Amino acid sequence: MKRHLISAADLSRGDALLILDTAEELASLADRPIKKLPTLRGRTVVNLFFEDSTRTRISFEAAAKRLSADVINFSAKGSSVAKGESLKDTALTLEAMGADAVVIRHSASGAAHRLAGWVRGSVVNAGDGTHEHPTQALLDAFTIRRRLRATAGRGSGLDGIRVTIVGDVLHSRVARSNVLLLSILGAEVTLAAPPTLLPLAVDTWPCAVSYDLDTELPKSDVVMMLRVQQERMTAAYFPSVREYSRRYGLDAARMARLPDHAIVMHPGPMNRGVEIAAEVADSARSMIVEQVANGVTTRMAVLCLLLGGTEFPAVAS
Amino acid sequence: MGAYGRPVAGRDGLAVLDADEIRRALTRIAHEILERTHGGDELVLLGIPTRGVPLARRLAARIGEFEGLEVPCGSLDVTMHRDDLRLRPARALGRTDLPRSGVDGKTVVLVDDVLYSGRTVRAALDALTDLGRPRAVQLAVLVDRGHRELPIRADYVGKNLPTSQREVVHVLLAEVDARDTVMISDEGGPS
Repeated sequence: MKRHLISAADLSRGDALLILDTAEELASLADRPIKKLPTLRGRTVVNLFFEDSTRTRISFEAAAKRLSADVINFSAKGSSVAKGESLKDTALTLEAMGADAVVIRHSASGAAHRLAGWVRGSVVNAGDGTHEHPTQALLDAFTIRRRLRATAGRGSGLDGIRVTIVGDVLHSRVARSNVLLLSILGAEVTLAAPPTLLPLAVDTWPCAVSYDLDTELPKSDVVMMLRVQQERMTAAYFPSVREYSRRYGLDAARMARLPDHAIVMHPGPMNRGVEIAAEVADSARSMIVEQVANGVTTRMAVLCLLLGGTEFPAVAS
Repeated sequence: MGAYGRPVAGRDGLAVLDADEIRRALTRIAHEILERTHGGDELVLLGIPTRGVPLARRLAARIGEFEGLEVPCGSLDVTMHRDDLRLRPARALGRTDLPRSGVDGKTVVLVDDVLYSGRTVRAALDALTDLGRPRAVQLAVLVDRGHRELPIRADYVGKNLPTSQREVVHVLLAEVDARDTVMISDEGGPS
């Protein structure tokens, strides 16, 4: 495995399976009286969050604490960033404090990659702008494997599973990471979105593209709904929220067209009534709560595999 | 270190235990466990992956044959509790499977293939502490090759095998390796 986790494309199929298998074993920890392992005792994990987040930050914090690491939480609000400190100076400060791993979320695409050049510890990308969010893709892959390949067990990929990712692909780091990772694991990915919400070079991605959600639903094993990211939208990408929701929103009628075994996923936070109807989000097919629980185990696996092996290797890999 | 310092000449690739000898050693250990635990009362066998697990199952099967009781048997992965995690590359975790009865108040016998530095057993004791509070913990190993680095000893030993630290002891078991044998080799693995 590489020292940093910046992009889902950094992972080979073997690496990805090692993370999923490790997460599978760590999942049993939740049923034990002591839900903590001594693995990262004495190591420091810094959560560096320049952008708002609840799920991801709490998930990384819980993961690091369950591995006995010391956790320092940093959020841009109330820090020197508000006084104009640059990312590099913040990074050097963390470096001086001896962070073994830095988990970074930033609104600029490529921030995690830049940071990796400045610190000696491992950098884990927890979302950089509209670029990537690899641990979300890993937890999604883990959730899909647990649900649809429960009997296959360790070492098995997602070969032949058809995943449809729906909605605001253009602004979604989750979509990009998922397309990369799921295709590495052998799944067949289709993006279903209005043409205005697809990125320019989408034809170079390892996936199919469709403008019509209704034809994709009956052949999907997994439907992954993306949040419509209004805060990143600088232009009018669709005529109205109501029209978007009518063509690309997942409501009960559309859910009924899915095969019986199919599951519905959403990376959160949801806009209920826009991309997903409340009755779908709360249905038995919805994996949304399970995704959050799996997030902690998957991130534990990532942290212990990145930090477990080596102590500041001399050469960056 | 004396005689322990150098590999014994001419035993590279030597089989120290064959399938029958492994079988007899396990039969004896099974009897000893029954004796020491007063008929296997409240007994739990936990194998340490990889090869401790099939050994624990075999012991449980023997004890079942001798006394007609079903001994709860499981596995205990120690990877996350090791003291050398920072020194070695990351590796896949083994499986921890506790019998449904748990370990609280039981006599737990840890089962492993080779006892060497004692560090694996130390990690296992830590891992076990996080899972419950056994009444007593004992240790059964197929081979004790010496060179302990911690104050740990086995309660049941299949064979005491004096070795040099430069030698490697390979335990092969039918469940994992398709045959039963214990081999000794100079550094590097069996030829």
